[in-house]
This record gives sequence, structure tokens and C-alpha cells, in this order.
Amino acid sequence: MKSAVIVFPASNCDRDAQVALTEMTGKAPAMVWHRDSELPDVDLVVIPGGFSYGDYLRCGAMAAQSPVMRAVRAHAERGGAVLGICNGFQVLTESHLLPGALLRNAGLRFVCKPVPLTVEETQSAFTRRYDKGQTVVFPVAHGEGNYFADEETLDRLEGEGRIAFRYQANPNGSARDIAGILSQKRNVLGMMPHPERVVDPLTGGTDGRALFQSLIESLS
Amino acid sequence: MTVSKEDVRITPAIVAEHGLSPEEYARIQALLGRDPNLVELGVFSVMWSEHCSYKSTRAHLRKLPTQGPQVIQGPGENAGVIDIGDGDACIFKMESHNHPSFIEPYQGAATGVGGIMRDVFTMGARPVAMMNALRFGEPEHPKTRHLVAGVVSGIGGYGNCMGVPTVGGEVNFHKSYNGNILVNAMCVGLARADRIFKSAAKGAGNPVVYFGSKTGRDGIHGATMASAEFDDASEEKRPTVQVGDPFAEKLLLEATLELMAIDAIIAIQDMGAAGLTSSSAEMGDKGGSGIELNLDHVPQREADMTAYEMLLSESQERMLAVLKPGREDEARRIFEKWELDFAVIGVTTDTKRLVVKHKGKIEADLPITALSDAAPVYERPFVIRPPAAGTPAYDKSKPVLASLETILSTADMASRRWIWEQYDHSVMNDTIQPPGGDAAVVRVHGTNKALAISTDVTPRYCKADPREGGKQAVAECWRNLTAVGATPLATTDNLNFGNPQKPEIMGEIVAAIDGIGEACRALDFPIVSGNCSLYNETNGEGIFPTPAIGGVGLLKDATKQAGIAFKREGDVVILIGETRGHLGQSIYLREIEGKEEGAAPPVDLAIERKNGDFVRRLIEQGRVDTCHDVSDGGVAVAIAEMAMGRGIGAAVGQASIPDAIGFWFGEDQGRYLIAVPRAEAQKIVEEARDAGIIVAELGRTGGDALTLDDSSRVPVARLRAAHEAWFPNFMKSEL
Repeated sequence: MKSAVIVFPASNCDRDAQVALTEMTGKAPAMVWHRDSELPDVDLVVIPGGFSYGDYLRCGAMAAQSPVMRAVRAHAERGGAVLGICNGFQVLTESHLLPGALLRNAGLRFVCKPVPLTVEETQSAFTRRYDKGQTVVFPVAHGEGNYFADEETLDRLEGEGRIAFRYQANPNGSARDIAGILSQKRNVLGMMPHPERVVDPLTGGTDGRALFQSLIESLS
Repeated sequence: MTVSKEDVRITPAIVAEHGLSPEEYARIQALLGRDPNLVELGVFSVMWSEHCSYKSTRAHLRKLPTQGPQVIQGPGENAGVIDIGDGDACIFKMESHNHPSFIEPYQGAATGVGGIMRDVFTMGARPVAMMNALRFGEPEHPKTRHLVAGVVSGIGGYGNCMGVPTVGGEVNFHKSYNGNILVNAMCVGLARADRIFKSAAKGAGNPVVYFGSKTGRDGIHGATMASAEFDDASEEKRPTVQVGDPFAEKLLLEATLELMAIDAIIAIQDMGAAGLTSSSAEMGDKGGSGIELNLDHVPQREADMTAYEMLLSESQERMLAVLKPGREDEARRIFEKWELDFAVIGVTTDTKRLVVKHKGKIEADLPITALSDAAPVYERPFVIRPPAAGTPAYDKSKPVLASLETILSTADMASRRWIWEQYDHSVMNDTIQPPGGDAAVVRVHGTNKALAISTDVTPRYCKADPREGGKQAVAECWRNLTAVGATPLATTDNLNFGNPQKPEIMGEIVAAIDGIGEACRALDFPIVSGNCSLYNETNGEGIFPTPAIGGVGLLKDATKQAGIAFKREGDVVILIGETRGHLGQSIYLREIEGKEEGAAPPVDLAIERKNGDFVRRLIEQGRVDTCHDVSDGGVAVAIAEMAMGRGIGAAVGQASIPDAIGFWFGEDQGRYLIAVPRAEAQKIVEEARDAGIIVAELGRTGGDALTLDDSSRVPVARLRAAHEAWFPNFMKSEL
């Protein structure tokens, strides 16, 4: 599996994604600068966490307008896999690759802690190596992770089996405890928790490894 | 061209407004052989401020140990540098941002974080961990909640955006900080030992370049403000608090590291306190050269800025560097990529003078040594108070477990989770031990080594006995690093005191520095960087002396470490070190008896070292994975914290205790609790006794309750609920 990580000004989980992908796939991902208008030939694009453009205007709003996102959109339209983590999820909703929006946390504070999640959906390239209903613990670290969409959209996400992960103890007020959602074609996953921070037993656990293994299995 | 004489005549009132004494002004006149103009006076006022010149403490700081085989760079650069093996270096420093944080807590704390990060990446390191040591007024004080909320969100707002994990720290509440909180931030970075960047602007004719954010009118005279006492009108100084932009700093970090990689830099210095003035004077001073600046080329945020304003601005996220000639264009391209300003604003000279031109006029022309070496050094008179002595009376019949539950839910002892969950402590994915343990443990990226980091001081001990308190701060830091299994390597100190012109306060400073020096020498724990924050007084009332110590240690094998939580049922709980039941200045007396009295606990540095070396060896050998130092609240609190970690209880006690209160809550130093499987316990106890170390088996882990002395038990869940509840409840009415 070949992968790329997008780097915006003030992305700050780009290295973490790079390290996790290198370790899991055995190949270093291409690091793609936000001003590039083309992507290398890859199977997976990761939009990492961070504070792209300082979170100015709205989280992810300016990143959604950057040249590289046109290429990411085209990649997704071709059916290529896109994983947006944390700020990356915000960029994906701002880019309309995923529905809804991420609002400020209900508690109005940044929250960083490991949270238990339920794997809701295993019919995707990102989650096939998990068991349906399995509990995994990933860390969250965000101030704006409160997923919002209108009722109709939420019902549709539920009905189409597009809610990939749900919080067991909602840390941010997200509608229907949503932690991560899939696009209609199931090739785009946006999630607030950080799978790339749980690939190493020394630093928080290994529950994220299956997500990368799923991708390797699906895309190689 | 001669130096421009502004219309303003320098009057005694103007001198006083610049925080200079009449004697200091006379010294300036003598050094220059003429009157300074207003711009030059402004330059002197910041360079000779306590904040920049250390004029009250320099004579005493010289007594601190700063050398050792592990030291690559001691005090005098932007941060200290130590050798952590394999060609790797660790660069770190702690610095205060007390006054700005009291006036504007969010920005004050945020720019404190930004400033200390710049100090570290200026030297070529990528910051990998942040810590902070915070002191607030008593919880009941009307400003406390607001200050806690602002400081915590400011630290998080800046550090989280930078993508550097904030991995721990300490927080105290006490009325002595009601009018003057302390915000000390520590940054730890990593670099290759042969790729360290310094600030000596050597050579003439080299380009002086400015990069980062534009210069505005913010923060003018911040260094002077930080060198004065507060009064009720201090909030009027809000315009002197700088405003931070972590986005700009993140870009500056990446661009600076990229510039460093092309080997174009001769010298580099961040613009911190006293901005352009201080950075250019320091670079010239260290390089033995002169610097000529043309302010016309300084990137400016506002129109019509004067030379005075540009030189004294403390706008954030700015750097000054001297480049190798001819490398300007390569450097410029890096900053264009990162969309930051870049400008050649001057040149190095061989005149040893700082010459500043603006709009065709020479606005300042000063010998650099007059700003640095010739800055006054004061041997201020001091009086060392006799230390507080004795142990106050207390009720020996109070039930231990009820007191424990009370103590765990007090402001100083309650869980700090409310704070550290607002900090991204796992970004960079190298955090092995997050906040909540004795020391944070952060892996050296890409290796099997790890750094342990801790910040410590017990201000109530320092108030009772500054010398013993200074020793204790160092010893506790060393002990916390040891308790995770690290070899303590070096420290940074952040000395927060009141007004040094009062002999009693100066006496606290002198005694604390003596104690710190003694402990650092005894423990091979040199000080490689630091910061002094004096004049921490409001309306004439000084803070408790608070010399915060930030320590760094090394774990050669990151898999051999210990954490505080009990991990197995049936482990034997062993107390290492002697328990005499010292209750003077204890948390117990303060919280249960309402007495802040008595002698601070004495620190025997030889025993400290012996006990610590013993414990560390057990952890390194992989025989101990559960360890906690015994500090505030004594053995009872330490065992409760070990139990609360994973909800595993324990039944512990001692057969013949003359005084249960002293045993469970005494704060004798040099002690650790470990929990090990039975087979190992016997061997460890024997080895300790053979080594002449006092050791006692206290009982076994297991169950879901804590039982003390067979007499009473409390569910661990109930302790945890009490421990966790205080902070969220306290902050409920504030966001």
C-alpha cells in the first residue's frame, strides 16, 4: 500500500502519521505540501491532526481551500481512500467530502484523554480487521470535536451504516456519540480520535494497529 | 553623523519611569561620557533591568554548580544543553511569566510557553515536552478561578497548537500568591550534540537578519514591568502584555529548523524580553563584535513606529540571526515557503558598538559592554531569618482514614486531571508516562531511550527555612526522576522571590541558593539554565520564596521503568527510607489542624542519594515496576495515590507505631514506596538491610479498599471520587 500525508502550515500530527504508516506498511509515506496541486500515485491519503492555518476563520476552513485539497477531492472521487484524523476530519467536512460539521466541544474546553470507542461498522477498508461491537481505546485531543449534522443526515448515516466509531462516554457532545463517519462510497473516513497514537505498546496501546492493517489488506 | 538628540530632555522623572535609580543614571552618563538620548535610555532601562541583568542575584548565582561530564552548555546561552549519549543532546530551560499572567492570564501564560519554546529551538532543538509550575492564590480569593482558567487555557492554547506535548507540572494554591501568581514554563528539546546553535555574533561584515512575525507596539517595557512590584494600579499595564500567535510560532519553529539544516547560521537569538535590543546586544556581546541595525528594514505591523518603540517592542515570534555572507537568498526562500517575514536589517562590525539607524538618523550609538558587562551588580544587604523550629501540638487521636480522605480532596492535594486533560500530552507519540505520576517519561524519538522530567519545589518549606527548602526542592526533583527509574542528569532553576531590596527577602534568596547549590553538588545534578523572577510582591507583601527546580533524567532502556499505580494483587508494599514522623510544615497540620508552623523537614543528602541509587538500580534491573516517592501528605497519601491509579487496594500498617499521625502523614524526606511480588520482596529487603538502608514491609496489595493498621477501611473508589471531585467542582462557575 502506498500512502501520502498532507502537510498544512501548523499540521502537527503529520510526523505521527508518517511514523505509524512507515511502521505499519514498511514504506514511508510521501509528505505532500499544501501548495502542491497534484498527489503522487498513492492508495491512501492521510490528512493529519493539528491546527492547519492556526485554526483561523474556522477549523479546517482555510485548509479546505488549499490547492492540495482539489487533488485530494479528485482522489476521493476516483474511489481512493482518504483518512482524516482530528483536524483532518474537520478539513474533510469543510471540503464537503463528509457531511456535517465539528463544533466546539460541549464543555468548551480542549480535551485530551484516552476514550473507549465502539467499532460500529466493519464493512469498510478502514475497519474490516475489527470485530463489530468491539471496544477500542484511542486518545482524543481536540477543542472542536463536537460532531453536528441535521437529524435527516444523522438518520441517513445510521441507516447506511456509515457511523464507523461511537464514543462510549461522549467527551465532546457529539450528536449520537459519533466519533468517526464514512463517506457514502465508504472510501473516506473522518474521525476525531487518533488511531496513529495507538500503534505502540509503550505509548498508549496498540488498538489503532488494526485500522492500518485493515487498510493494508484492503488496498494492497 | 552624530547621535540624534531628541526633543525630550532626560529629567529625573523620566529616569525613574524607566526603572533606573539616580545612581544607575549617573553610571550611564559616566560610561557614555554624555547624556543618553531617550532611545538610548530606553535601551539601558531594559538591559539593566533585573529581568535581563540579574543584577541582584548574579553574585549569588555564581555559587551554583554548573559543570559535569554530562554538561555540554551551562548557563549563559538561551538554554542549557546536556549529553544523553549516542550523539544526542537534550536542551532545556524553565522561565517565568508571572507578572503578565496576573494581568492577562491567557496571553501571559501563552506567551510564556512561546518564549521558552523559542529559547529551546533557537539552539537547534526540536521541543519534545513542556512542563509548568503554577502557583495561584487561595481558592477563596475572588480572582483565583479566573486566573486558573485563563492560565490553563493559555498554556494549552499555545502548546497544543505547537504540537508539543505538555506532560506535567505542579500546581499550588496559597494566599501568599493572591496578588502575584507564578507561571513557570519549562521546555525540553532534542538535538544532535554536534548541531547546537549559539548566539555569539562572531566576525565583521556578516548580515544580521530578522525573521518571524512583524514588530508592533505590544509589550513595550515588559522587562521593566517584570522587574517592579505590583500595586492596585498594575492592571493598567495590560498594554505591556504581549499577545501570542502560536500559528506564527509553529511556522517559525519549522522554518528555523529548516534554516539550521542548511548550515548558513553563524549566530542566532530569539527576541524575547527587551526584543530587538536585547537580542542584538547579547549577540554582539558574546561574539565580541559590534552590530549596526537599520530599523527602516524591520518588518513593521503598525505605521510610524519610532526607533524607541521598535527597539523595546516585545512582539512575539521573532528571531534575529547572523548569517554566513552570501546565504541570504537561500534563507529568504525558506521563509517565503513558510510565509514569514524575512529581512536583512543590519551587519556585524568590529566596533563593539550597537549602532541603530532609522530614517537617516543615528538613534543610538552605544558601547555594547556598557549594556552587558558594565550593568550594575549589587551585593544587596541581606538578613537570614532563623529558620522556623519545632513541631506544633496536634490531636493524636484523630482517625487516620477520615483525615486522609479530607486531605485528598483539598486544593493542594486533589487530582490535577481537570488541568492536564486540557493539554495535549500525547502528540508526537513518544509520551510513555503522561501527567499524574512522579515524573513524566518521554521517549527520545526513534530510540529505546527516554527522558524523565519533573518540576518541584515546596514553597511552605522554603518560607519556614529557605536553605532547607532549597535543598528539598532539588532533592524532591531528583527523587521524582529516580522513582520512574531515570538517572537524574541536570536541572534548570526558576527562582521566584519578592523584592530583593528588602534585606529579609534577599536573605531568603541567598539561603535558598545556598541550599540548592549544596543539594545539586551532593546529587551530581548541576544547573545548566535558569531564570530569576524577583519583585513578586503586591502592595508590599512578598510571595513565599518559590525556587522551582526543573530536572531532566535519562532512562537508557525505556522498557525498564516504574509507575505509581499498584499493578498486581498480592504485591508486598515496602517503604524505603526512615520515618521519624516529621510533621512540621506538613500538609496534615495545615489541612487538618489549621497550622502552618514548625520546622521544615531536614534533607540528609547522603541518605537521599543512597536510598535513591538503591531504588533506581532495582528499577533498572527490571525488578521493580511500581514505585512512588513519599512527599506531600506522607505515606498515607502516597499509598492512596498508588491504589487510586488502577483501583487496586491494599492492607498496610506497622506493628508498633508510637504515633499514627506522624507515621502516616509525616513528611520525612528521602523515602520511596515500592510494590513487588512476594518472591522479590524478601530479597529486596535483605539487600536494603545489607546496604544499610532503612526498610519496612507495610503490607500487601489487593481488594478494592485501603485498610490502614487493621482498624479501618475505605473503598478506593470513594478516595478516588473525593480526589477527583475538588477541581471540577471548584471550577464549575468558570469556563
